[in-house]
Amino acid sequence: MTLSIFTGLLFFGSLTAGLLGALTGLGGGVVLVPLLTVFFHVDIRYAIGVSLISVIATSSGAAAAYVREGFSSVRIGMFLEVATTLGAILGAFLATVVHTQALAIIFGLVLIYSAFVSWQQRKDPTSEPKGHSRWSDKLELSGSYPDRDGKPCRYEVENIPGGFGLMFVAGTLSGLLGIGSGAVKVLAMDRVMKVPFKVSTTTSNFMIGVTAAASAGIYLHRGLVAPGLAFPVMLGVLAGSLIGARYLVRARTAVLRSVFTLVVLALGVEMIVNGVTKWF
Amino acid sequence: MGRLLQVGVLLASFVMLIGGMLYMRAHHGEMPNYRVFSSEPLRLRHFGGVVDGIKVGDPAAIIQLAVLLLIATPVARVVFALFAFLIEKDKLFVVISSIVLAVLLYGFLRPQ
Repeated sequence: MTLSIFTGLLFFGSLTAGLLGALTGLGGGVVLVPLLTVFFHVDIRYAIGVSLISVIATSSGAAAAYVREGFSSVRIGMFLEVATTLGAILGAFLATVVHTQALAIIFGLVLIYSAFVSWQQRKDPTSEPKGHSRWSDKLELSGSYPDRDGKPCRYEVENIPGGFGLMFVAGTLSGLLGIGSGAVKVLAMDRVMKVPFKVSTTTSNFMIGVTAAASAGIYLHRGLVAPGLAFPVMLGVLAGSLIGARYLVRARTAVLRSVFTLVVLALGVEMIVNGVTKWF
Repeated sequence: MGRLLQVGVLLASFVMLIGGMLYMRAHHGEMPNYRVFSSEPLRLRHFGGVVDGIKVGDPAAIIQLAVLLLIATPVARVVFALFAFLIEKDKLFVVISSIVLAVLLYGFLRPQ
């Protein structure tokens, strides 16, 4: 395969990954790394390095839209970024000591979990009545967001230590696997801290770029960001996720989503089987 | 702040596109191989090396500049938030943003 064909295929592959990421709400990285390793036979360390870069691009590109709409909370995001960035640094260091086949297996497990979360998301999120939290007031994390009619909707934040801990785990996975860990971030905010769904998804998107930036520098220093891969992959994923966010989210995508969730599940199983058979 | 992120990503994409086109021309007809891991050359792994590479027109260095711009975008976002909290005299969040910034800079500038 010559460079131009390889680059062209990579671009369209990454575009698809970006589309899928936007469609399932899982982010580009989760589909991109298996795509690069399973179909393009790229070493998983290169795949992770280049995925981190695309994660920053898609997060910053998409977050821009939400900030203006007033959904995301800069305070909650900044507070939790302490946990995710520290986790990301730990993850980037762990990546040097973990066996590459073990990386593939861990990645496969995260894929299966993400498919499960994406499946669950389709049920309407219900916000239960909330208790009162001492920390929420102390850190002034309570806030409000515009509801459908534009009226401000107040909310408080619960179980902050639990959410903070889970965010550290999300950051570690991000630094280790080169993904945004959007699924874990939303879980921490939505389920554990009881932040309203709209606020948690947009704030999570906002945080993903900062988290990925913490470990991307380390990957760059280690020579894991290959220019020949970075060019088609970053532009492809960014284009795919922007197209996905603009056109596909509005379309009726329930069936498509189910199909793609199965694709993610299959990729996860494939990565685990591949990792196990090559290792032993 | 949303604007800042957009500008950063746009700028990085633009530099990436130029670098990529030049890279394709320079390495035309080569067989890419990423199957086996071999670390990228040292000159492409730190800021000084990338600047030197751009001076001699190395396309790979232009791509790495785009990567650096991309990494710098969320970092700039944290810096701006820090200033916003400073103006609001929100001491607690000035400290929190400073910690995040310190962790980011550690990841970015940590000597090998």
